[in-house]
Amino acid sequence: MSVREPGQPDDTDVADARLYRVGKPCITWHIDWAREGFGTPSSMKPAPFRYHVPKSVDEAVALLAQLAPDDGRVLAGGQSLVPAMAFRLARPAHLIDINGIATLERLAADGSALTIGACVRHAAFHRPVADGPLGRLLASVVRHIAHYPIRTRGTFCGSLAHADPASEWCLVAATLGAEIAATSARGTRRIAAKDFFTGIMTTALADEELLAEARLPLLPAGTRFGFQEFNRRAGDFAIAMALAVYRVEDGVIADPRIGVGGAESCPRRLAEAERILKGQAPRGDLFRAAAGAAAAAIDPIEDPATPAEYRREVVAAVTRQALERAAP
Amino acid sequence: MIEKRDVTLTINGTTHRVHVESRRTLVDVIRDDCGLTGTHAGCEHGVCGSCTVILDDTPVRACLMFAVQAEGHRIRTVEGLAEGDVLHPLQRAFMAHHGLQCGFCTPGFLMLATSVLERDPHIGDEELIDLLASNLCRCTGYQNIIKAVRAAAQEMRSRG
Repeated sequence: MSVREPGQPDDTDVADARLYRVGKPCITWHIDWAREGFGTPSSMKPAPFRYHVPKSVDEAVALLAQLAPDDGRVLAGGQSLVPAMAFRLARPAHLIDINGIATLERLAADGSALTIGACVRHAAFHRPVADGPLGRLLASVVRHIAHYPIRTRGTFCGSLAHADPASEWCLVAATLGAEIAATSARGTRRIAAKDFFTGIMTTALADEELLAEARLPLLPAGTRFGFQEFNRRAGDFAIAMALAVYRVEDGVIADPRIGVGGAESCPRRLAEAERILKGQAPRGDLFRAAAGAAAAAIDPIEDPATPAEYRREVVAAVTRQALERAAP
Repeated sequence: MIEKRDVTLTINGTTHRVHVESRRTLVDVIRDDCGLTGTHAGCEHGVCGSCTVILDDTPVRACLMFAVQAEGHRIRTVEGLAEGDVLHPLQRAFMAHHGLQCGFCTPGFLMLATSVLERDPHIGDEELIDLLASNLCRCTGYQNIIKAVRAAAQEMRSRG
């Protein structure tokens, strides 16, 4: 079987990529293996690698420049990479552990955006980290990410770099229009979220680039939001999820943002649904119409347990529920 | 070439100096190299929570970090809960409320619950149940685990 090289888009099929996921009950992994003919896992122990502990971003990107061609990868929270290594789906020759780099722990809001450094853990968002609606939005979403002991290690930026289709943070980044800083030995480039996610577990990040930080625009006072996710077990991967964000001005919806995740290879905003909402008074039938438009607009991914058309119906439901949660 | 490193781990206040491969997970080193077999390795990919230990006051999956990463951190395992012959309130409550049957998941639940109650002994039921859903138990059906943690919380609150 093929294993995706870091940052390198390829045609790896959905089932293959999905095996990277942590949190998936063992039995389903084994069903996937049986169905896809991957054989049985012979070991739960990671393959050997060389371990590097840079003390600064400069040192980290210098190491990446040197080691990325030799299958060197960044280790942050490790809550997705380490299980992939245990299953030998990932066998990096080098791990560059960025956990000791203090500057990557930055979590601060300036006038316009919240900056989230590469080492900021999910658990940091349990209490609002920024004034106004953004801090509350992040605190409401974080509770859906795996379980608490995973959230104490896993990182926001690691989730973006991993780009699981069902990642809550990827949906937040896509819906709110995050800006992602990719740092290499050559400098830093900033990538808009809509250009960052390019496929299942595939991003615009180059092999030798470190996702150093993400910036989320602060939401104006009065911004309303609703998040809804559906899965069969608490903490499991979403079959589909939706994030609705809008303001109500003079009784009508302004600046609507509807993001859907888990349903397609990448989370994204759905202009088809947003168009229906803009300038209209928030009400039940409008939400149903927008949810229907969202469901019609997507090209759902499929797996043995979840047919595409079922997922499309779940998208309609979660989008409507997210809009209702956001409603005044 | 297989890389080995000298690693110093501080577990339950005791220093352990080990020479291990970088690829060895924290749970394996705690068990095999430090001899503390109270921490259990279950699914080894972060799902079951049997290997939960407390790292600098927060619960972590010891199968999802490498031992080399734990250097310089304070690690607590189930062996560190009792004080001499006196069991920790959570250990006593698990016995009193039948919070275990086969016992495989118990060290992980004890460390998870310890960190949760140390942080907030006044934790509400809804949040407590959500947190206890982090770990898997295939015997008890969770109800007795929840009862045990509630009872221990009460005792820890009354002690201040």
